[in-house]
Amino acid sequence: MGAVSVKAEALASRLAGLALPAGMTAARETALARLSAMGLPGKRDEYWHYTDPAALNAVQAKPAALADTGAALFAGLDAVKLVFVDGVFDAATSDDLALSGVSLSRLATAPAGHWAQTAYGALESAGQSPIARPWAALNTAFASDGLLIHVTGKAAKPVSVIYLRRDDAADVVLHHVIKLDAGAEFTLLEQGPAAARLNHVIEVDLAQGARFHHIRAQGRDLGRHAVTHIFAHLGAEALFKSFTLTADGALTRNEAVITFAGPDAKAHVAGAAMGDGAFHHDDTVFVTHAAERCESRQVFKKVLKHGAVGVFQGKILVKKGAQKTDGYQISQALLLDDDSQFLAKPELEIYADDVKCSHGSTSGAIDDTALFYLRSRGVPLRAAQSLLILAFLADTIAEIEDETIAEDIGAQLEIWLARHES
Amino acid sequence: MANIELDLPQLDVRDGVDRETIETVAAMGAYKYGWATDIEMDYAPKGLSEDIVRLISAKNGEPDWLLDWRLSAYRRWLGMEEPHWAMLTYPKIDYQDQYYYATPRSMAVKPKSLDEVDPKLLATYKKLGIPLKEQALLAGVEAPEGERRVAVDAVFDSVSVGTTFKAELAKAGVIFCSISEAVKEHPELVRKYLGSVVPPTDNFFATLNSAVFSDGSFVYIPPGTRCPMELSTYFRINAENTGQFERTLIICDRGAYVSYLEGCTAPKRDTHQLHAAVVELVILEDAEVKYSTVQNWYPGDEEGRGGIYNFVTKRADCREARAKVMWTQVETGSAITWKYPSCILRGDDSQGEFYSIAIANNAQQADTGTKMIHLGKRTKSRIVSKGISAGRAQNTYRGLVSMHPKATDSRNYTQCDSLLIGDQCGAHTVPYIEVKNTSSRVEHEATTSKVDEDQLFYCRSRGMSEEEAVALVVNGFCREVLQALPMEFAMEAQSLVAISLEGSVG
Repeated sequence: MGAVSVKAEALASRLAGLALPAGMTAARETALARLSAMGLPGKRDEYWHYTDPAALNAVQAKPAALADTGAALFAGLDAVKLVFVDGVFDAATSDDLALSGVSLSRLATAPAGHWAQTAYGALESAGQSPIARPWAALNTAFASDGLLIHVTGKAAKPVSVIYLRRDDAADVVLHHVIKLDAGAEFTLLEQGPAAARLNHVIEVDLAQGARFHHIRAQGRDLGRHAVTHIFAHLGAEALFKSFTLTADGALTRNEAVITFAGPDAKAHVAGAAMGDGAFHHDDTVFVTHAAERCESRQVFKKVLKHGAVGVFQGKILVKKGAQKTDGYQISQALLLDDDSQFLAKPELEIYADDVKCSHGSTSGAIDDTALFYLRSRGVPLRAAQSLLILAFLADTIAEIEDETIAEDIGAQLEIWLARHES
Repeated sequence: MANIELDLPQLDVRDGVDRETIETVAAMGAYKYGWATDIEMDYAPKGLSEDIVRLISAKNGEPDWLLDWRLSAYRRWLGMEEPHWAMLTYPKIDYQDQYYYATPRSMAVKPKSLDEVDPKLLATYKKLGIPLKEQALLAGVEAPEGERRVAVDAVFDSVSVGTTFKAELAKAGVIFCSISEAVKEHPELVRKYLGSVVPPTDNFFATLNSAVFSDGSFVYIPPGTRCPMELSTYFRINAENTGQFERTLIICDRGAYVSYLEGCTAPKRDTHQLHAAVVELVILEDAEVKYSTVQNWYPGDEEGRGGIYNFVTKRADCREARAKVMWTQVETGSAITWKYPSCILRGDDSQGEFYSIAIANNAQQADTGTKMIHLGKRTKSRIVSKGISAGRAQNTYRGLVSMHPKATDSRNYTQCDSLLIGDQCGAHTVPYIEVKNTSSRVEHEATTSKVDEDQLFYCRSRGMSEEEAVALVVNGFCREVLQALPMEFAMEAQSLVAISLEGSVG
């Protein structure tokens, strides 16, 4: 049996009994057609070389016990708080969908003729080439809810989305569409356990000079399986910054697909991941430079122990004519014991000569010399280790511009380390 | 296209390197080896079948076990699919449109000594100019007192035509001969080691080679022996539509050392020619092998017509403790290069090194790199790869560094640099890094840039032409790898770097 028919069969059983939700019908139907053409990923797919998609392909989501999620992040921040429970918008616990400089609405209730009608699925569709991303296509076809955010000016405050979960087996498909007009500014914060199995897509379209900040905390949720995609399309002089903190989770695959369409734009993606035990975390980034003088930065760090697995697949593609590109990529792992693994594939594909592109990848244990130094200064072993781990992750947090948010994230790291000292 | 006039005093000529050689190399045209020698050839019929496999085996007078070995590889190959994961695009290869066996008619009965070799053939080697002094050696001329000597095995199309310095090597206990000869005279060694590093089932091209390999070199260095001279194999494809499938097997026994050089050329042809070689290195306790390649197969013309399709499987097995291998390659030729010399670091404290310069100009495509498989404790590896792309060429570094759970306290350092000359070419880096224990350290760095304008300007202001300046800057870019080459090859490689980039600027 050929690989293609296996994929088609996996897809058929995965989709059995699912019906396309109402609204965005044209976009959903074409997404379904895309998905049918590619099938679901298999172990032999090069793009899934280090991550087994079996749990995502399974017909039923594996129930995941709800862990103690602790206090909410960003509590001290003035933001529009929006709550989703088991993938459905919860108006009762959310603030009003109103924010100066921003038009906010829901995917599930978007009326015909809504502005997002043409935007929904557009960047996801464009992001399917040169590499197929079936889970994103499935998301566009079957997303049950999400936010449609049109930023026309400078947003008065950030939008903070909290994903809660009541059902142990919640299988959730969420899709946000964000459109920033020229010169607009917007910050999106995301946190919470969301689902036992989560498929999450954000499409961000940045017009000239628009600025977008994204901070995400994928929380303490040991049994979670998640596949997320961010599709970003940058016009001239736009700024895109995204940071993700991942603590725990059985399987997390975070994809970022970034395209520079106009000159002089900047995109920075960063991630800090910490796993202990049954943890498989995969950061997959694909940056396409199709315009001149753009800058991309990828900073990903992982702390792994007790058999945790960290994966990094990062690619910088510089198209012909994208001269003066500055592309940078670093992926590092700290392996705290012999059971853990770090698997990396940092790729460069370059078709323009006047560029500066580099990548680095390192893996190893905590530096004995540094540890010895701290110990000789009277710092207890545990504290010295924590200090060095935090220092290792600090580069990723430095990618967050807002200091209050960065401090909140830093505090989360410390809490995690305290919990996982042994 | 103008020849580059290298200003010789600027070259760092080391002691013992023949100045005439440098001049000869410097005076070479764009592709100097593009002539064919009109020698009467015996061909097997075109195409591939069990009969052809039997015929090759019979022509070499092989024992039954080897024929069976070939046939099982052939049967397996029939069920395999050609790999297409590399960043290479080329038209479908018709494996039935190739000659799998061609031999100069005068070789039908192998010559007892070099005197019996067809003078035309010797003239061919003379015309080649490289490897540096071998044509004289092939003709049996003694080298002057005190000069470094290199023993050569030359393979012309499918057949080994002569090995020099055999007697002297035999005195040291070193066996250096063609693999067909080794099958007859040292069957116990061949049988024990052939396919033990690259099994016949390894990959599409290695399996094809296992079925149809016609000749190649065999080296055995006995325990505790430092091979008294450098060994060299020289490959040339001459006949049209011929595939060359050589097989090299080197066994370096405990505490032994050998440095091995390999050179390749082919004439200009409008059609593509297939080359699928296998090189196996077996390195035992405390032994060391240095394997250096200057691959200068015909790269095709500027439009991409003709050229060699080079699909090569090279692997070293550091089977025992403290074994050491060093691969150095200068890849300037071939229309398509698909080649990943690998190191299996099985023995504790074993070491693997890979130094590579890959130059792709015009319509050339190269997908090359290495695999470092760390299995033993405290194993070390180092990768230095320099890729240069010019014209419309595509150049990819593809590599794997794997630290197995048991390979504790191991170390890898990888440096991949790419240089782009012109805005029509591409440079790509595809490393795979797999770390499965905490005490090992793995570092990977890669950069991509263009030829530095300031350096170019400096050279130009000193009166160098743009091509000379680029050649000098590129040579500087490659320095770390050039320094890893044995002296004879280093000079040749340096000049090749300049020649390969001809016409890439201005």
